[in-house]
Amino acid sequence: MAGSTRASATTDGALWGDARRRLRGNRAAIAAAAFIAALVLAALLGPLASPYAVDQVDWTLSPLASPPSLANGHWFGTDSNGRDLFVRVWAGTQVSLLVALLATAVSVLIGVAWGATAGYLGGRIDGWMMRVVDVLYALPYMFFVIILTVVFGRSLWLIFLAIGAVGWLTMARIVRGQALALRQREFVLAAVALGLPARQIIARHIVPNVLGTVVVYATLTVPQVILFESFLSFLGLGVQEPLTSLGRLVAEGALEMETAPWQLLVPATVLALLLLALNFLGDGLRDALDPRLG
Amino acid sequence: MAAEALFTVRDLGVQFTTPRGRVSAVREVSLEVRRGECLAVVGESGSGKSQLFLGCLGLLASGGVASGSARFDGQELVGSDAAARRAVLGTRLALVFQDPMNALTPHLTIGRQLAEVALDRGLLDAAGAQARSLEVLRAVRMPDPAMRLRQYPHELSGGQRQRAAIAMALMTRPELLVADEPTTALDVTVQAQVIEVLREARDRGLAVVLVTHDMGVVAGIADRVAVMYAGRVVETAPVRELFAAPAHPYTAALLASVPRLDTPLAARLAGIEGQPPAPGAEPDGCAFAPRCPAVLETCRRRRPPLEAREGRSVACHAARLPSGVAT
Amino acid sequence: MSETLLRVRKLTVRFPLRRSRLAGPRPWLTAVDGVDLEIEAGRAVGLVGESGCGKSTLARAILALVAPQAGTIEWRGQAVRHDDAAGLRRMRRELQVVFQDPVGSLDPRMSIGASVTEALEALEGPQQRAAADARVESILAEVGLDPALRARYPHELSGGQCQRAAIARALVGQPKLLVCDEAVSALDVSVQAQIVNLLGDLRRRRGLALLFISHNLAVVRHLCDEVAVLYHGRVVERATAAAIFAAPRHPYTRALLAAVPDPDPAAHRRGALPELRAAAAAEAVAGDGCAYRLRCPLADEGCRMQAPHLEDAGDGHLTACHHGRSQPPGG
Repeated sequence: MAGSTRASATTDGALWGDARRRLRGNRAAIAAAAFIAALVLAALLGPLASPYAVDQVDWTLSPLASPPSLANGHWFGTDSNGRDLFVRVWAGTQVSLLVALLATAVSVLIGVAWGATAGYLGGRIDGWMMRVVDVLYALPYMFFVIILTVVFGRSLWLIFLAIGAVGWLTMARIVRGQALALRQREFVLAAVALGLPARQIIARHIVPNVLGTVVVYATLTVPQVILFESFLSFLGLGVQEPLTSLGRLVAEGALEMETAPWQLLVPATVLALLLLALNFLGDGLRDALDPRLG
Repeated sequence: MAAEALFTVRDLGVQFTTPRGRVSAVREVSLEVRRGECLAVVGESGSGKSQLFLGCLGLLASGGVASGSARFDGQELVGSDAAARRAVLGTRLALVFQDPMNALTPHLTIGRQLAEVALDRGLLDAAGAQARSLEVLRAVRMPDPAMRLRQYPHELSGGQRQRAAIAMALMTRPELLVADEPTTALDVTVQAQVIEVLREARDRGLAVVLVTHDMGVVAGIADRVAVMYAGRVVETAPVRELFAAPAHPYTAALLASVPRLDTPLAARLAGIEGQPPAPGAEPDGCAFAPRCPAVLETCRRRRPPLEAREGRSVACHAARLPSGVAT
Repeated sequence: MSETLLRVRKLTVRFPLRRSRLAGPRPWLTAVDGVDLEIEAGRAVGLVGESGCGKSTLARAILALVAPQAGTIEWRGQAVRHDDAAGLRRMRRELQVVFQDPVGSLDPRMSIGASVTEALEALEGPQQRAAADARVESILAEVGLDPALRARYPHELSGGQCQRAAIARALVGQPKLLVCDEAVSALDVSVQAQIVNLLGDLRRRRGLALLFISHNLAVVRHLCDEVAVLYHGRVVERATAAAIFAAPRHPYTRALLAAVPDPDPAAHRRGALPELRAAAAAEAVAGDGCAYRLRCPLADEGCRMQAPHLEDAGDGHLTACHHGRSQPPGG
């Protein structure tokens, strides 16, 4: 790049064009993105393809739990109550993804606002704000969620609020680190010299320049959230009937592992592949958006 | 006695693969450095002056390919394997860069790093390495050399670090030193001392290639100068002749842009309108034509070849060499 | 009689250093040590010194980007305090800055047109879209940029173009004083010349005052009416440009001038440099004596005992050196 600067022209942060190009070159990430897209499509359209409903019991089967077969239309088989697994897996995927996206959105919103403000303002305010984060970090997360569910009952909204309420902590720390570094950059000093108030500087100059990192960590947070929700479901604290999630399906399937292995294998495979794809995509995004690499 | 050529570059080119296709950073550069002489390679950003030597020495970033020839004392460096290069680089041909922290490891003492250079190559034993380390530190005028051996790079000032880096380069008694912007990051008072150190080394027989954009530094140490623009050499000449009577309009404009202490106060600086072409976007004909005050019609159509005459060479249709004749 | 835009008195800026002991007084680094400075309307004042002398910190204190520990700053007669938001806002409308890194001083995610518009609205309040666009285009043209470049991002432009954009942003609010913090140091020589000429033209056309900070004396010479030399946070010499370059009185100024590489091969003589010992670390120079004594060829007992004050030799030429007046100028 020809420039009249003697100093090496640093392509600051990640300009989306450069990033897109780097991402496109990363085959694993592209494949992962395509897979996730296909999975989402399947989750939305899958239930429509099958004649069965989510909680419809097929009394024609004997026993009720039957293995996958093309003949009777239960392509993934049925669970112990005779409900079609194909439809249930996709419905469960929908719920898992929904919970993950909403929880991640909550943690991004709170985390970015908290971290950018703390990092930019610095000094004692930063100190106090990050002490709050440290304290919350130290709380036993599981107890917190269990207490919440006991007190407020088990609702979907509560689940993702609980997850989001803890997920924002890491995001806040990451964003705060970035904001601290950005604060010293000359374009931020120029904004201060213009007399712009702090909230405008944070909103217009700090946050847009941390978005790259935020996108990466959000993508890597989603699998963590899905896993956590699955774990809650496994403990019986997650989503309740009639809703189902991948975690619940895995929990139920685990009970029948010896007699009806497909009940565990199918949702577990979908879950594992989804998590793997999300991690590949997140890694790819990080490589694309991190200016220090390549 | 005319000193023989120690380092000869012929038709060197450097190309990079970018998303926009192959782009040339350096084209058809031929140069020569003789024993005991200092050649300054001058150019601004995008001129290719750094890539030229990185290409010669096999140090290009990934995606970069060098073509042509670069011979050190008869040994070809371009395209040679790592072992052959290793025999030359770091022993007979040493390098110094702009940021001394690129040469110095933060967690080792200066003495240890200096000694390692000689010990690694099996050139000296421990005692010999120690003695040589002191010797080179004195050669670079490092204050209190014995103490420096025990210190870490972060305990030294910027100028001292650069002198330590030069000392490291001198450990193996190289015959040629390639210095890429060695003084750019330094304060002017320290810069003057470092130039003095390089000058003394040159006087003791070391050949020096100085890659720089600073004409003041060039005037202080160079014997001959090569000026680069848009990846090509546009002029070469002995230093006094270059400054006194630059033949290429770019050289003349560059010299006129340098702020001086002996012009009338608040005089306007000449400057050059526009900016150099981006690699890959060079115009037809002469690359400098769009900005040239002496441009002729033929300049835009045909690229002027580098022509040698009377110990100088210039690539310009409108050039007037000292004999007063326009080419 | 020109109005005094900026008056700085006894400005001191200190930074806390990391403690090496758990108890005891906290060590401080004094970046700016009791500096006085005035800039009148339309004057260009150069501030020169090497790395670590405090010139950038001084600039940031003047711009209220850093709070001073002691001293006063007056803008057009009114005292400016770091916690006085309204006063700062008034001052910022008339005092702007251009930084060293052309690409880094612009938000990489905003087009240069957006950056300049942001500056306009920050200084003068919300604007009508059409009127704002017109002003942005006119200021871009005035600094030598094609107004069509306003949609470009900093990474798409050269260093020289980015610096012009930064100057446009600084000037869009019609300031009276422009602080240039090493504004041309990161540019190629030919581009540096363009920008220096641009600053000179803008000065003349707008009656702009400049505080031009640089380590390059030759550039300062081409632009400034007055020069102040900074060493270890203190002004050691201050005079008109003519006086400083023709007859420098402080040994450090002389050393700086002698060290500027002369672009003339014939002029270089071996050993023409005054003997300079290694620059001393800041802590080593602590004490009552002159900060320059460890490097100065003229240093004596008196220099070690007492730091010299900045004194007027009677001709408006201020020097802080015990030997400043007895030594013949240019010796």
